[in-house]
Amino acid sequence: MGKLFGVILAIIALASAYPIVTHMYVQPVDISTHGHAIDEQLADTMAEAGLSFVLAQLLLAFCVWKFSNRKEGAKVFHLPGGAKLMVVAAFILVGTEVLALDVLGQKAWAEVYFTAPKPDALQIQAQAGQFAFYFRYPGPDGKFGPLHPDKIDEGNQNYFGLDPANDVEARDDIVTAELAIPVNREVHLLMHSKDVGHSFYVRELRIQQDFVPGLDLSLHFTATQTGHFEILCTQLCGLGHYNMKAYLNVLSQEDFDKWMKQKASEQ
Amino acid sequence: MASTIQSPIALPRRSDSARGSESGIWIALFAITMSFAAFISALFIRQASSDWTHIAAPPILFGSTAVLLISSLMLDISRRQMGTKSATYIKEGNKGLVFLAATLFLGLAFVVGQCLAWRNLAAQGLYLATNPNSSFFYVLTGVHALHVLGGIAALAYLFLQLVVGNSARRNLVNGVVVYWHFMAALWVFLLVVIWERL
Amino acid sequence: MEVPEIESVRWFFTERGEHLDAALKTQAHVHAPAEGFLGKYVFSLDHKVIGKQYYALALVSVFVGMVLSWLMRFHLVWPNAKIPGLEIIAKTGAPGGIITPEYYLSLLTMHGTLMVFFVLTNAPFAGFGNYFLPIQIGAEDMAFPRFNMMSFWTTFVAFLVLITAFFIPDGPPISGWTAYAPLSAVGKDAGPGLGWGQNLWVISIALFCVGQLLGSLNFIATTLDLRAKGMTLMRMPISTWAWFITSAIGLLAFAVLLPACLLLLLDRMAGTSFFIPSGLVVSDRLQNHAGGSPLLWQHLFWFFGHPEVYIAILPAVGIVSHVLTNSLRKPLLSAKVIIYSMMSIGFLSWMVWGHHMFVSGMNPFSSLLFSFPTLTITIPATIITLIWLGSLYGANLQLNSASFFALGFISMFVSGGVSGFFLAQPSIDMYLHATYFVVGHFHMVMGVAAIFAIFSGTYFWFPKMTGRMMNETLGMLHFWITFVGTYCIFMPFHYLGLVGNVRRYSSFVDDFMPALMPLHKFITIAALTTGAAQFIFLFNLVYSRFRGKPASDNPWKGTSLEWSIPSPPPWNNFGGDRPVVYHDPYQYGLKGSTGDFIMQTSPEKILNE
Repeated sequence: MGKLFGVILAIIALASAYPIVTHMYVQPVDISTHGHAIDEQLADTMAEAGLSFVLAQLLLAFCVWKFSNRKEGAKVFHLPGGAKLMVVAAFILVGTEVLALDVLGQKAWAEVYFTAPKPDALQIQAQAGQFAFYFRYPGPDGKFGPLHPDKIDEGNQNYFGLDPANDVEARDDIVTAELAIPVNREVHLLMHSKDVGHSFYVRELRIQQDFVPGLDLSLHFTATQTGHFEILCTQLCGLGHYNMKAYLNVLSQEDFDKWMKQKASEQ
Repeated sequence: MASTIQSPIALPRRSDSARGSESGIWIALFAITMSFAAFISALFIRQASSDWTHIAAPPILFGSTAVLLISSLMLDISRRQMGTKSATYIKEGNKGLVFLAATLFLGLAFVVGQCLAWRNLAAQGLYLATNPNSSFFYVLTGVHALHVLGGIAALAYLFLQLVVGNSARRNLVNGVVVYWHFMAALWVFLLVVIWERL
Repeated sequence: MEVPEIESVRWFFTERGEHLDAALKTQAHVHAPAEGFLGKYVFSLDHKVIGKQYYALALVSVFVGMVLSWLMRFHLVWPNAKIPGLEIIAKTGAPGGIITPEYYLSLLTMHGTLMVFFVLTNAPFAGFGNYFLPIQIGAEDMAFPRFNMMSFWTTFVAFLVLITAFFIPDGPPISGWTAYAPLSAVGKDAGPGLGWGQNLWVISIALFCVGQLLGSLNFIATTLDLRAKGMTLMRMPISTWAWFITSAIGLLAFAVLLPACLLLLLDRMAGTSFFIPSGLVVSDRLQNHAGGSPLLWQHLFWFFGHPEVYIAILPAVGIVSHVLTNSLRKPLLSAKVIIYSMMSIGFLSWMVWGHHMFVSGMNPFSSLLFSFPTLTITIPATIITLIWLGSLYGANLQLNSASFFALGFISMFVSGGVSGFFLAQPSIDMYLHATYFVVGHFHMVMGVAAIFAIFSGTYFWFPKMTGRMMNETLGMLHFWITFVGTYCIFMPFHYLGLVGNVRRYSSFVDDFMPALMPLHKFITIAALTTGAAQFIFLFNLVYSRFRGKPASDNPWKGTSLEWSIPSPPPWNNFGGDRPVVYHDPYQYGLKGSTGDFIMQTSPEKILNE
């Protein structure tokens, strides 16, 4: 049975590694400026973790194979080096990995969080609410009108609770159900939650950030390819959580301007 | 791993501890400290919000503080009168009983004082949910008072043991004393927080 | 009668001191044997009965939790399937037997809550710990038997309160076992199950905290105060150390969750605003709250929640080390190093809670601060794993159900551990957070590894607890199906996560999901099959209890104190005698001894101890 364990564990370890090594399940195309840093780090971590995984499982398999069902009266003996060797090995192996990942790994995080959005970034506000995303563009005046939660009226499509009658800045705000952005232009997404916690996740942008009710959070990113991508809610928000999504349309500057004009006329 | 067998060695002597409830109380105090630390952390995070205001600490709090501190003193005198020699204290006359009764009475007076403080706040229109400051006031004083009531129950139990059974285990006495002093010290800390932050 | 004074003993690591036995006899923690049915089997003060009660509660919880997971997996791949009979239990949740999105989330919430609290904290810690900690240190019972009994019954009431949520009209809560505010705090406006369902959940967990606090207090006091003569701290088995360290963590962790639950309950029922900010419009209703912080709930919850997962795994590490030492017929390379590593893990576990909150809106600089200790905690975990692997080298490994599950644990611990490497880095977590990668990670460490340790402990200690052996053939069958089965279920979760498959979804309607459905179907079939195999274990447990082969006092030729007493033990464990301990429990593989091992109670001396 010991040998069977060894064989089966070896098969499991290699079978587990197979889909990774053959890239059967991978991230979608990266369309962001910071994505390559994340993908690189992911690949590095996969190599280290994957190797550790396979080696450890094979070691376990080997030891069980060799040291079970031994002859009657077999002697037991200790690994030369004993515990000290294991402690040193752990510190060296894991310590170096930790340092490498921590030091090198800060790059992508810093790119997203420790840089301020450019002054000419396109400001868009995203509102998450049970169970849809809505987006607001500031319009020609470049300013967002204030939000009045008591004025929210979904039936009349006043998702944000705007009061154009009394607020001048709100009059030219453009509200949409899809997030369209121009390619290669930085977007500064202001995040607001209407009710409970939600999250903004676009796999291709390699970006994820929670909407926290009561907090003014924001993200900034730049898309490098045009296309049609899904925005998913990843923070459990109620029964419609599975269906809460919107589309990110990355357009050429020309197409984006056309789209904006059309949306403005629909308001 | 070669080894040989020899005759039995002299063992390090290890004995039971007679600490019983006293151990238990010290361990419980760690948990209680952690719980209040959680409440205080919540206070510090909550006070960053724009709706943080200020409430005036009802003056009676200082009275109840004095009462609680005196009760601690009473309890310590009682403990000393019970002596420190034996593992079991055998009651001799009323040694320690009078001061123990005083502690009990003052403990109850403290809780009454807290109730009066709550009524004072309510009279000002400050209830549990009125504003974050009042919320924390009620929560901190309420949870503390609940723990004091637990201490009062323990004091009553000890008192009954002495009156009816004529004896009490030393570690029960010590345990109750430690707990009571801790509740007094904790109260002083909470009073400072209330005074400074709320 | 003049009773001599007892000097106070310095607590930690001081074993020297002369105390008079006569004085000790008056202080001995003796209680009379139980009488009557209620006294013996229901409200027993005997730690062994209480341990079995916890274990039984965990057994019921795990089967309920497992059935919930079957329903979830079924619904994910066959969303329109009618589950016969479900419409009777869940009139609104599953009308016509078809699971609604909200019911899926209720199943998810209850699955997590039952498994993390009522299984993983109950069985390896409260169950086996209660039964074996006093015995392994040579005590007659726990320090506070009445508190011990109260701790079980409080936990039991907590379980009943939780289960009640299934049967109220609105159903159980849908906010997950993590119950994030404001979803969990604003009340029934936010969705089905978030009215009384959520209230019951909070009350249940608060009661659970009280039970655990009482239990942890008992474990700590017993370990420090009631060790037998010669049982120094370093001579305690690794399993005892694990329970001791776990109870220290539990004492402080549950002491934080209880206040958090109180504040949440106040927000829900008393109109306070600890966690709810102003201006929320939920279901078209403007909420009458202001100023609260949802992140405050997350901080409080995870400050408890991360140590909680170490509460789940450390007893497992202890049990596996204990079983493994016995199965190897040689000492581990260094028990002391394992003990110190467990202590380091316990210490570091308090510093990492923010790694659950990397993308929560918390200060991004804090995320980097949390990442470092999170990665560092890998070091003691790796040390422990390498010591196990290194100890296997040169061993005379005895294979049976108990040791197979212990070996399986090592494999699962490695698998679950390496996926942690990814999630510990904020940059990568930006992509993997809230995907199936996370679900795969925690299921491998908690849902498989910790469960394997429970199985290992069960097969190992069943003879001692019942006086009968479990059936080895059934045990092996159980092991093989479960070992291969759990890899088939949970390894694919990581692949799904890498693609970006989001978790806590009741259906997969995203554009990229159809390509992943075959893998999901594979997982569901594996889950149902592996789940079915657990009935082999259940049958074995019940059958062997009554018809198993009679067991000797020491069927595994073990050295620790539990093997020096009858199977099952008498009510006072050591028959009224206080055992005397001469060595640590690692005296295996020795030439010239009585067999290849020397028990802790044997005065045979070993050189170079």
